[in-house]
Amino acid sequence: MDMRVEAKAKMKLVMVGNGMAGVRTLEELLKIAPELYDITVFGAEPHPNYNRILLSPVLAGEQTLDEIVLNDWSWYTDNHITLHAGWRVTSVDRVKRLVHAANAAGETLSTNYDRLLLCTGSNPFMLPIPGKDLQGVIAYRDIADTNAMIQAATRYKHAVVIGGGLLGLEAANGLMRRGMTVSVVHVMPTLMERQLDVVAGKLLQKSLEERGLSFLMGAQTQELVGGPDGRVTAIKFKDGTQVPADLVVMAVGIRPNVELAQNMRLHCDKGIVVNDTLQTTTDARIYSVGECAAHRGTAYGLVAPLFEQAKVAANHLALFGIGRYVGSLTSTKLKVTGIDLFSAGNFGGGEGTEEIIMSDPKGGVYKKLVLKDDKLVGACLYGDTVDGSWYFKLLRDGRNVHDIRDKLMFGESNIGDAGHEGHNKAAAMKDSDEVCGCNGVTKGTICKVIKEKGLFTLDEVRKHTKASASCGSCTGLVEQLLMFTAGGDYSATPKTKAMCACTEHGHQAVRDAIKTNQLLKISDVFAFLEWKTPNGCASCRPAINYYLISTWPKLAMDDPQSRFINERSHANIQKDGSYSVIPRMWGGETTASELRRIADVVDKYKIPTVKVTGGQRIDLLGVKKEDLQAVWKDIGMPSGHAYAKALRTVKTCVGSEWCRMGTQDSTQMGKDLERAMWRMYAPHKVKFAVSGCPRNCAEAGIKDVGIIGVDSGWEMYVAGNGGIKTEVAHFLVKVKTAAEVLEYTGAFCELYRTEGWYLERTVHYVNRVGLDYVKKRIVEDHTGRKALWENLQFALDGEPDPWFEFDKAAVDTRQFEALSV
Amino acid sequence: MMNDWTPICRVDEIPVLGSRRVSRPQGLDVAVFRNDKDEVFALLDRCPHKGGPLSQGIVFGTSVACPLHNWTIGLCTGQAAAPDEGCTPRFEVKLTGGQVFLKTSELTSHATELTRPLAGPTHRTACA
Repeated sequence: MDMRVEAKAKMKLVMVGNGMAGVRTLEELLKIAPELYDITVFGAEPHPNYNRILLSPVLAGEQTLDEIVLNDWSWYTDNHITLHAGWRVTSVDRVKRLVHAANAAGETLSTNYDRLLLCTGSNPFMLPIPGKDLQGVIAYRDIADTNAMIQAATRYKHAVVIGGGLLGLEAANGLMRRGMTVSVVHVMPTLMERQLDVVAGKLLQKSLEERGLSFLMGAQTQELVGGPDGRVTAIKFKDGTQVPADLVVMAVGIRPNVELAQNMRLHCDKGIVVNDTLQTTTDARIYSVGECAAHRGTAYGLVAPLFEQAKVAANHLALFGIGRYVGSLTSTKLKVTGIDLFSAGNFGGGEGTEEIIMSDPKGGVYKKLVLKDDKLVGACLYGDTVDGSWYFKLLRDGRNVHDIRDKLMFGESNIGDAGHEGHNKAAAMKDSDEVCGCNGVTKGTICKVIKEKGLFTLDEVRKHTKASASCGSCTGLVEQLLMFTAGGDYSATPKTKAMCACTEHGHQAVRDAIKTNQLLKISDVFAFLEWKTPNGCASCRPAINYYLISTWPKLAMDDPQSRFINERSHANIQKDGSYSVIPRMWGGETTASELRRIADVVDKYKIPTVKVTGGQRIDLLGVKKEDLQAVWKDIGMPSGHAYAKALRTVKTCVGSEWCRMGTQDSTQMGKDLERAMWRMYAPHKVKFAVSGCPRNCAEAGIKDVGIIGVDSGWEMYVAGNGGIKTEVAHFLVKVKTAAEVLEYTGAFCELYRTEGWYLERTVHYVNRVGLDYVKKRIVEDHTGRKALWENLQFALDGEPDPWFEFDKAAVDTRQFEALSV
Repeated sequence: MMNDWTPICRVDEIPVLGSRRVSRPQGLDVAVFRNDKDEVFALLDRCPHKGGPLSQGIVFGTSVACPLHNWTIGLCTGQAAAPDEGCTPRFEVKLTGGQVFLKTSELTSHATELTRPLAGPTHRTACA
């Protein structure tokens, strides 16, 4: 066989089913391997791919069908995909690799495949009761069902929805909004029992009753009664009672659609059985994603897991083969406007679990958190779901919550986020309210873009609107808007988030690989971890450069071209392309001679602005790049690293040297800390403060490391933050001597330097690993602490001042002069 | 025309995955970029977003990330990567025998009208 000829012909990929999971797989595939396949799609519905989850808002009259189309007809033609919409696949010949299909007119067609993707989704389950085939008895699954309901609402009065789950309630709400009198029949004693506990289920029922729905709980349907015209007229229960019904919607559950797969003799149990690369276990040429696929015994019915599957399947189809799907945790959100409800994990509790409950039935708020072994394992929120995504993250990460247990119930947003007028409930905001204070993005803009562009993830919203893309303080709000506009648990990002689009690996995996395999160069990391791009991007290169130099001090070479401009030019770029210069003033103290030199420099180089910073230093703004070297030389003071992810200021109060209240010499302590740790690069900027007494004039409570002198010694606080989100530092330890302050501070910094992820502030690092862990490493493990402190001293020993030792600090001085013609 | 190309520098004088800026008599600088395959590109040193100096950005693949707000600008076209929209004027560039040239006519007259955003005390916006 001549392989070269074979290789030239494109492989044929056939997809059965034109739903969200399948089309998402194609989108992912086209992104990474656009030329690999000739793609053919069969879809039984005569529509392009639409957002099935948004059928409920369509039914409720809040959106139109056109608005929920995700990929219109032109998307298929633009991507050279052959779409057979309205064609049902009747059989597949796995030996000849041939798909046979037929349309409503009885025509047939067949097509070959090299790879087959089964995305047949699921079918609604119809109760096997007398009358189920009467006119006016429908399921709730697709556009046809939705249209049938919308039409029925214009002509008939009484609707009965069988099933008090997510779908049933959304159908009932929609029909009621369209003017029908709706009764919901539910066989269980409370609503949505798979997503809500009894208390929340009752609250939900009460709230829906107030809106006008009526409920028949614990009711067992016996039959549907038809009229002479063959249309349903009533529903009859086992106890003999009857309720009038001109429309009956069955929403009692879905079953994976495995009929075709079974006829193809593929192994099925709860769905089409697939492995971690989404290939069917029977036939490796055949993949399956979506509601029809059963992975490790679970068939998922929510969007986020299906999209994770799509990504892995596409990766494997593209012949990369590095992705694995290992299952998902899911959360639920009801799309009934005005009702906030969220649940995730094991919210029912059980043996070995503890519950934290907050209940305010009159205010319509109920929150239950379920913990096991100090970890959050379930959450059920009603009325106030602001922190749903935060709880979901804690749950997925399996983070130990012992240290934040007392605050857990109050949520992530109880401490002021800046920049959006203190709003923390997206639903209550007006369309004109600003969500993102950095980029001036309103709620209306975000919701519009989510709808129009069919966005599903936080990253997509960031790219399209810039909301939450700068400081990130509005991330929670944007996630709420996503949930609320797009409907599902879209915001759920995969458990391990890839560092950037250049790789599948997360920050921790990259750190580990560098350490375990002694990688010393960025190119080694790219090769070892099979980076998808030849030289990374502006987000992964600086991260990897930092990981290398922090993991292998003195061995790994710093790469200036992989540093952000500020760290390459050792000054802070301003909006007009000029720079700012902040010299180091040890502990915030200066002298007449330093001030004179600064004043002379300001005159000589015509520096337009001189400003005193919040960190007790002096900022010279508007320095031209070509003047930087001369300015540094003339000032003759060390670099303040105010431009770097490094130790910045050490703020101090005057302390016992002068202050009548002072108990300790905080200025000297600050100077000693600064001299010991300046030039220390870190995942993000690091700020210290030292106060000489508990009046804390140096504001040590909002610094990465804050030291407060007391009569008997020094208290040490860590992981505070005064920025986007004011975070009060946590008490770590009390020590007696200045030497101990140095050792503990240094050890904490080294722990953060070697374990923190790039751009993770100490507050985020400590939140991730837990304060208990930090205490264990720094306070309890004496040998470990001393080792950390020694490692930091080794790393900093002989490090150059980049303002003076250009060669040693790898400063490319060519950057300072322009070429001229 | 022989002298339509102005010599700028040797390619080695531009850092790999880096850039140099070229000042000219009128108009903003031209940024000359070099990738890891020793290809050179030239764009006006001004991001279409808020006028940031692209010469100061991180170069990767055939793109540069603007140092001000991290827009990604294509080095071949000057086009901002989707979903951002905007375009930076591009300059023709030639590399022969290790020497980088820019078009003389473009250096003197191409995109000379564009300016850098103002900053500093002459430009206070929050006056009472």
